[in-house]
Amino acid sequence: MAEASSAHTAASPARRSAHQLDGLVRIAVVIVLIGLVELLCRSGLIQPTTMIAPSAMARHAWEILREGKFDKDIAISLANIGAATVLAVILGFICGLLLHALPGLRSAIEPLLASYYAVPTFIFYPVFIVLFGVGSAPIIAIAVLLAIVTMITATLNGLDRIPRALHKTARVLRLTPWQSAVLVKLPAALPYLFTGVKLVVAYAFIGVIASEFILSGSGIGYAIGYAYNNFENNDMYALMFLVLASVTLVNLLLNALDRRLQARLRR
Amino acid sequence: MKPMREMQTPLLYALLAAGLAVSWQGLYWINGGSALASPGQAVLTLGSMMQTSEFWLHALETGKALLYALLIGLVGGLAAGLLLGVNRMARDVSEPILLNMYAIPKVTLYPLVLLVFGLGLSAKVAFGVMHGIIPIMVFTMNAIRQMRPVLLRAGQSMRLTRRQSLLHIVLPAILPEITAGLRLAFSLTLLGVLIGEMFASQRGLGFLLTNAMNLGDIRTIMAVALLLSVFALACNGGLMWLGRRLSPR
Amino acid sequence: MKSEHTVLAAEALLQDSPATTPRVPHAVLQGVTRKFGKAGSVFHALGPIDLTLYQGEFFSVVGPSGCGKSTLLDTLSGLASPSDGTVQFENREVKGVPDGVGVVFQEDASFPWLNVRDNISFTLRMRGMEGAEIKRRVDYALAFMGLKDFATAYPAQLSGGMRQRVCIARTLVQQPRLILLDEPFGALDQQTRLLMGDELLRLWRETGATVLLITHALDEAAMLSDRVGVMSSRPGLFIDIVETGWPRDRDSRVVSTPRFGEVNARLWERLRVESLKVMGASHG
Repeated sequence: MAEASSAHTAASPARRSAHQLDGLVRIAVVIVLIGLVELLCRSGLIQPTTMIAPSAMARHAWEILREGKFDKDIAISLANIGAATVLAVILGFICGLLLHALPGLRSAIEPLLASYYAVPTFIFYPVFIVLFGVGSAPIIAIAVLLAIVTMITATLNGLDRIPRALHKTARVLRLTPWQSAVLVKLPAALPYLFTGVKLVVAYAFIGVIASEFILSGSGIGYAIGYAYNNFENNDMYALMFLVLASVTLVNLLLNALDRRLQARLRR
Repeated sequence: MKPMREMQTPLLYALLAAGLAVSWQGLYWINGGSALASPGQAVLTLGSMMQTSEFWLHALETGKALLYALLIGLVGGLAAGLLLGVNRMARDVSEPILLNMYAIPKVTLYPLVLLVFGLGLSAKVAFGVMHGIIPIMVFTMNAIRQMRPVLLRAGQSMRLTRRQSLLHIVLPAILPEITAGLRLAFSLTLLGVLIGEMFASQRGLGFLLTNAMNLGDIRTIMAVALLLSVFALACNGGLMWLGRRLSPR
Repeated sequence: MKSEHTVLAAEALLQDSPATTPRVPHAVLQGVTRKFGKAGSVFHALGPIDLTLYQGEFFSVVGPSGCGKSTLLDTLSGLASPSDGTVQFENREVKGVPDGVGVVFQEDASFPWLNVRDNISFTLRMRGMEGAEIKRRVDYALAFMGLKDFATAYPAQLSGGMRQRVCIARTLVQQPRLILLDEPFGALDQQTRLLMGDELLRLWRETGATVLLITHALDEAAMLSDRVGVMSSRPGLFIDIVETGWPRDRDSRVVSTPRFGEVNARLWERLRVESLKVMGASHG
């Protein structure tokens, strides 16, 4: 016990280099795994009718981007994801603010929020289809429905953790509720809110693409399904690769931003 | 506020349910009868459905897939989480990878699963496992990280084998912490199975939904949606109760 | 720096002094060091240590914080390997935790999900011992440690002192020949500590085991032990080993003898210098 603590205090640079080592090992692990899959595909152990090699996926993805074959679908999906994200973040934040300001309402609704994700939200997609018809509207609706509660929870969490001293400061400075929200609460809760934004983006991706899969006339999900049904493995895998790549990229970006915000927290 | 809330929890749930039913009914009135079904209609439809054997065939299909997926996901996720979790480096290296995999829209991989497993029960089970296994792994690894190290050292001083240590010290020690993960995994596994049924199956409750959607049969849609929601909430509540019982300390 | 043995005159202060027990080495550390880190940023935590623990003795280790006392225990028990030097227990080199060694940790290591009886019987069950024998040993331990009324209670329902008793009982049933304790009473109040000290002595006499106690409390060390080793500040070395000369049949009442004051004073004299070093002040 004493050993652990004294090793820590004296070896903080060692701890940092441990993190770096972790990062390197991680990259190595991912490369090895992908390499393994590549090998299995090329050697024929995995049939090309089942799955094509990762390198072939990447190459074909590049091709379809260049040719612009699925540009329209990609654009539609991205637009839907963006719209869903923005809506979920803004609506979620506002709802969170409201609930935080009205503790009575909050405790009434809290059980709903806690159990919300127990229900498989997708089962309501058909409802939206019947309501809005096939198109962007039901897709965005279900994605927002999926993502909004996580934003509300993150907002509540963030607002809860604002030190009381800041609340009191806002009152002492006689700020209006609006000013207080924007000038004090928002910046103070920002790191937690950002965690919510990260999750919203993830859910928006899932919501949009899954919906397009189930029923849609356009979008990446639809294109993948179409390619699958027509045995166009190359197109299918290329699109899947694009989705995976963009999700990973977006995640990396958001995580990097998140780390900077969290570092601000720890000061 | 807190003691008051806990006292009234069953009452609150009842009020909440009533509130939802009222808003649902309100939406129905606003929308007119064509696009939505009222709560009453949904319940009636559900009632008559449940009297047909056809319905129960579908329900059983979903139930079977869910059960298998849960078993595999739970055991596999716990085992993988335990093995990775007890080694600091393995844990720190794999956790971001797992979290990234978790963030990937798993629907993207569905065609791959179908190509490997074909259409049918095993594909559905695979979907369910895909959705649920990572949260269990991550929660297990997290719980191990938060475990008091002295418990493991005590096991070491007793000369336990690695297997004994994992099964008799680590697992009981982390069980309360991972109940939240278990709840999440349950919901996600159910979701995975249902989505799978919604677009790639001819059987199951998910299929009923998609089928009704194609026919524009809003009453069946809402009936099944109602049933699934109630089922999911009931299971969630049960798991929450179980979680509370497991962690009185 | 080799440790110096200091033998103080004890005859006048002992009522009925038994002959000092024949000194059979039980555990031996030679040239033991522990270092952390890689080349370039090595953290020298302990050593080099030369220490011989004799069979059946009660040996305490005191020293300033961070000097490596816990590291010493880890190395001696086999929980960790030394960077240099050898550790021997009963004439065999220690690789991993040897049979016959029991450890009581500083923190409460009772398993929260088991009741007291199941906690105590845990090791025996893991070893596949026969049920009747387990029951016999556990009943004995429960009675010995005064836990009979709490056999079905859970650790969460017990006080800190009781929980440590459970941990000690859990070690006791293994019938260890060497018992290592790492500041087991650190978190307890003074009165409880004194009483637990008496219990520890009872345990020691009853089991006939060799005991190594790590403590930051000089009076506790002086009161309980046959010998007290004083460690320097990091990297920990033994700068003194004080023989108390207490009879085997002792209890906390030795604190009222003048001898106790002498031992205490000597320990503090050595320790004060080292503690000042840790605090960064210059000594003099």
